[in-house]
Amino acid sequence: MSRINEEQVRYVANLARLSFDDDAIKKFTTQLDDIIGFAEQLNELDTEGIEPTTHVLDMHNVMRDDVVEPSLPREEALKNAPVQEDGQVKVPLIMEAD
Amino acid sequence: MPLFEEGLVHLKKKIHSKEIKASDLIDEAYARINEVDGKVKAFLTLNEEAAREEARTIDENGTDEDTLLFGMPIGIKDNLVTKGLRTTCASHILENYDPLYDATVIEKVRTQKGIMIGKLNMDEFAMGSSTENSGFALTRNPWDLERVPGGSSGGSAASVAAGEVLFALGSDTGGSIRQPSAFCGVVGMKPTYGRVSRFGLVAFASSLDQVGPITRTVEDNAYLLETIAGLDRHDSTSADVPVPHYSETLTGDIKGLRVAVPKEYLGEGIDEAVKDKIKAAIRQLEALGAVCEEVSLPHSKYAVPAYYVIASSEASANLARFDGVRYGVRAESNDLIDMYKKSRSEGFGDEVKRRIMLGTFALSSGYYDAYYKKAQQVRTLIKQDFEKVLENHDIIVGPATPTTAFKIGEKVDDPLTMYANDLLTIPVNLAGVPAISLPCGLADGLPVGLQMIGRPFAEGTLYKAAHAYEQTAGFQLTPAFKGANE
Repeated sequence: MSRINEEQVRYVANLARLSFDDDAIKKFTTQLDDIIGFAEQLNELDTEGIEPTTHVLDMHNVMRDDVVEPSLPREEALKNAPVQEDGQVKVPLIMEAD
Repeated sequence: MPLFEEGLVHLKKKIHSKEIKASDLIDEAYARINEVDGKVKAFLTLNEEAAREEARTIDENGTDEDTLLFGMPIGIKDNLVTKGLRTTCASHILENYDPLYDATVIEKVRTQKGIMIGKLNMDEFAMGSSTENSGFALTRNPWDLERVPGGSSGGSAASVAAGEVLFALGSDTGGSIRQPSAFCGVVGMKPTYGRVSRFGLVAFASSLDQVGPITRTVEDNAYLLETIAGLDRHDSTSADVPVPHYSETLTGDIKGLRVAVPKEYLGEGIDEAVKDKIKAAIRQLEALGAVCEEVSLPHSKYAVPAYYVIASSEASANLARFDGVRYGVRAESNDLIDMYKKSRSEGFGDEVKRRIMLGTFALSSGYYDAYYKKAQQVRTLIKQDFEKVLENHDIIVGPATPTTAFKIGEKVDDPLTMYANDLLTIPVNLAGVPAISLPCGLADGLPVGLQMIGRPFAEGTLYKAAHAYEQTAGFQLTPAFKGANE
């Protein structure tokens, strides 16, 4: 029985902001199904009542004083932006124009 | 004899006594790169002009014996950001990325006057075990050019083995320092989670990633870790634990050291030739006075599936930042969502897409508890396995990899076979403990890596044991460059 179908793969691709052609969807469906099947080995273990480990260290919040420090000048911060205009990054239209 | 074979301590002495200049070391690095990198292809970007300039400055300004890396040539994995030096993560999506700052480890290397020779190839975003997932170059193993160097820090390990640099920095999320070090016959350390700052390491799986040194000798490794370790205000997961002088732990005396040998690490799926070398190394440790005992890490077989769920989930979140807006390559489109999709689909390679997809699936509504939470609970069980064994033992010993270096192309189309290659290194990252891989001889002409695993922040114990073994193992490893003349 397959664990994931092509429709689900298309749905997940959209969430991940990736696009695939039909052949790639087929390939990824098979491969992801195999990998998810492999991950299901974990169900052999009874984990009832086991705390999940999100972090190995005994973590606590690390705070610092809220002091303004020098930051990157705008020109530098924009240096790697592929499209920019008037000192700002430029993106395609986000809201519908009237 | 090449200078790099002498190691950091001797080379520093020679510089301080003016027997050699820092420029001689830089000359050797680039001469060697010219000679062999056409075949090995460890480097993606060279830093030649700046490196030569820095060496000249050192030569003109005289010596400082307390400076840890004085004039030593170092290679840097291309997922550590270097100000003004292109950093790609071996991905097309970052092919033109020019970082605005140095990673903390780079800053520390610069402060200690290490000289950066260039940036080293890797699996794209450190996702892989063979460096075949690089978007730019196929790195070959200096022992046999038909074989992979391992990964994801394959360029780092190959460059050290090939004598192109004295040492290198890599990163290890599931074995990415130890496995290529084993395959290339060099020494690689994955420090305790939190030992080294991750600031400026391009994030793959943030709860697992650590930066660490890859070197020819255990002693050089100790010096390089001492250079890069420590608390960093830019990384709130870096630990506030003092950094010892690791080099001072190398006494050669391991009498009474309690060594655990997990039966799962010498069981099914491990090559006989690898097992033989590891067993011989264990006898060697016993001869040195260590007390070895068989133990069990019963949840070992669940580490690989738990890892792929956890690491891919974290990666899917971390790699959301590559959207073609603030940096990286952007595809043209009049629609924002379509622009994101095109930029990411054109910029990422298949393995990266596979892991983003797996991670997005595992975190998506309705599947989170079944996959992500379950994997994190299993992570707890794996961590407890280590805690139990390390209560009564100083170190755990076994192979770093189930086989020696495999052939190029052998596993690249089969993700699950590739993933299985990491079964001996992944548990260490899940538990957050430190581990070192060092050479313990050859099997059919290829290096075998001995892995030693320790308690949190006990890197010194690992160095002491590794050094004692290395000093008495009695072999020298020089790669054969098999296939170079074919």
